[in-house]
Amino acid sequence: MLSDYHFIGVFVLVAIAFPFLALGIAWLLRPKKPNPVKTAIYECGLETIGDAWVRFRAQYYIYALIFVAFDVEAVFLFPWAVAYHRVGLWALAEVFLFLGILTIGLVYAWRKGALRWQ
Amino acid sequence: MLEMAIFSILAVVAVTAGIAVIAQRNVVHSALFLLVHFCCLAGLYILLNAQFLAMTQLIVYAGAVVVLFLFVVMLLGLERARELPDPRRYQWIVGSLLGMLWVAALIWALFPQAAQTAPALTRSDNVRQIGAALLTDFAIPFELTALVLLVAVIGSLVLAKKKLEG
Repeated sequence: MLSDYHFIGVFVLVAIAFPFLALGIAWLLRPKKPNPVKTAIYECGLETIGDAWVRFRAQYYIYALIFVAFDVEAVFLFPWAVAYHRVGLWALAEVFLFLGILTIGLVYAWRKGALRWQ
Repeated sequence: MLEMAIFSILAVVAVTAGIAVIAQRNVVHSALFLLVHFCCLAGLYILLNAQFLAMTQLIVYAGAVVVLFLFVVMLLGLERARELPDPRRYQWIVGSLLGMLWVAALIWALFPQAAQTAPALTRSDNVRQIGAALLTDFAIPFELTALVLLVAVIGSLVLAKKKLEG
């Protein structure tokens, strides 16, 4: 059964090895002459102020909540896509009914202004 | 042999990440270690031939639930919490007792006369089987799931908006 996953195994190994190889070879080849100007923070040209850990806006929370529900919906669509050729046209209608019911939730969120950024 | 090696790596990383979730004060790091833990669990499910469960684990738990956790953590403004004294001073005693009890139960379950666990699936196309069963024999529960999700969306919006505006 593992033979089905050979591609993923190769992919994982390459993904792990690639950054080490790229950075390692660069580390071997590059000249190393640091000075204060070179090691300065240069992102956006400004020194960073304060902590990166700031309080998020509550609006994000509503998006995350809606995202969880529609994420579970996506989980149910995946086995349908895999079994698509076996289950046929009737299943297509069922899935559209499934999506239709959930679209009511999206329309509700939209009408209530939950998707509007304040 | 290869399966055993992959299982060992996933199990060790899963347990280490699980300990790391509770062993430090930075809540964001805890959530990220939880993500590592969930990914390892997904790998273990694949080793058990439960691909649908693995996919659900990745999409719902690693994808959505950890994101929700992170948003809640950022929302609460706990950035100073790790500098405060630990308010849970005695919980670790109860926690370790319960943990030892749980390990004892696991060891007991290893003996053959104990209740057997379900056998691992042998067929690897169970996503297709689940899809076929879901849309034929279990069509009504499938549609009812949509209703449950609809209620979840509306309910979470009603509660969240009341909290945020009130």
